[in-house]
Amino acid sequence: MSPENHQHAPLHLADESDAAAALAEAESGQNRFDEIIAEDSRVEPRDWMPESYRKSLVRQVSQHAHSEIIGMQPEGNWISRAPSLKRKAILIAKVQDEAGHGLYLYSAAETLGRPREEMYDQLYSGKAKYSSIFNYPARTWADIGAIGWLVDGAAIVNQVPLCRASYGPYGRAMVRICKEESFHQRQGWEILYSLSHGTEAQHQMAQEAVNRFYGPALQMFGPPDGDSPNSQQSMAWKIKRFTNDELRQRFVDMLVPQVEALGLTLPDPELKWNEERGHYDFGDLDWDEFFAVIKGNGPLSRQRLEHYRKARDEGAWVREAATAYANRQSQDQAALIGA
Amino acid sequence: MTSSADSSSWPLWEVFIRSSRGLSHVHAGSLHAPDATMAIRNARDLYTRRNEGTSVWVVPAAAIMASDPDSKGAYFESAQGKSYRHATYYTQSEGVKHL
Repeated sequence: MSPENHQHAPLHLADESDAAAALAEAESGQNRFDEIIAEDSRVEPRDWMPESYRKSLVRQVSQHAHSEIIGMQPEGNWISRAPSLKRKAILIAKVQDEAGHGLYLYSAAETLGRPREEMYDQLYSGKAKYSSIFNYPARTWADIGAIGWLVDGAAIVNQVPLCRASYGPYGRAMVRICKEESFHQRQGWEILYSLSHGTEAQHQMAQEAVNRFYGPALQMFGPPDGDSPNSQQSMAWKIKRFTNDELRQRFVDMLVPQVEALGLTLPDPELKWNEERGHYDFGDLDWDEFFAVIKGNGPLSRQRLEHYRKARDEGAWVREAATAYANRQSQDQAALIGA
Repeated sequence: MTSSADSSSWPLWEVFIRSSRGLSHVHAGSLHAPDATMAIRNARDLYTRRNEGTSVWVVPAAAIMASDPDSKGAYFESAQGKSYRHATYYTQSEGVKHL
């Protein structure tokens, strides 16, 4: 067990005095934990933490990791069809980043005592959830632009406050991720800019991609605050710093000048500056669709999972070979030392 | 379902990166790999995609000995109440230059 991956040692309750000791420890642990949260300090892997805090974090961090891994698929699909060698190299770098982000996050989740394989298996079996945005197809090259600008853009707005999450390893993973995401958003915006300023057909393709991804991107912040039961606890624990609706509003306010600079429009007739609020008003989103996609009825939910399984199955022999090689090397070395 | 035991048997490695000459290696994160060679290569791909490093160390996580988190208070107590170990403890010299 590493220092980062050390689970709190289970207590053996042999008799009553042990039980009392365990109770006292939980009490002092809770006090210390409350202090850390109140001071806006960070909880580290070997600290005592409430079971519900641990569980909630494992769920959030592993879902986040799964989203990065599945998120490689819509874009990976366009690597071989990127319109130029430069665009292709950029897209490969972006997809590689997503894999990296998944691995940072799996590592962070692992420090909470959840074995890596268990997380992989949950994704494999379909038990694990991931961001529903990745169940939408990337139909055209312009969709790759819209994904970078809108999907990665929403992810950034969501993730920047997570850099200050109360759980140390999660916050540190997010710092690394946020540094890398900004290239993703800009490259997406530039794809749309090129298309928007190209031929009439290209301009239209860009507009259609924005039309498709705008609503689902806004839904990435999760359901409205009234329908988001876990949010409040998450905020009390300082894992989350802003509500879903606050972040969504921030995102819309950012998008308006950006879409103007693109020479495109956002597909919302109700979008309007509200002088009084100092924010843009925007129309209702299709939450029935959102919940349907979450339940696994997204356009590509089945295909995403099938592809993940296929990749995992087909790569199994490589992992086995690497293990066999490592075992062989250490055996040879042991024999050499023994000789 | 294919057994995924294959890579779970891969040990965990802690990764340390020296960001530039003159600085010490700093913990960057961790990864799983079957052996040290693969761990170093994976660490390069995972933690230095943007010139973050000039040198990488990987250490088997199991080989790291750490202080007990429960004895935190007592263990590090000796430094407390010993403010005379800091230059700021000494105030008589205030106003005297280069001291």
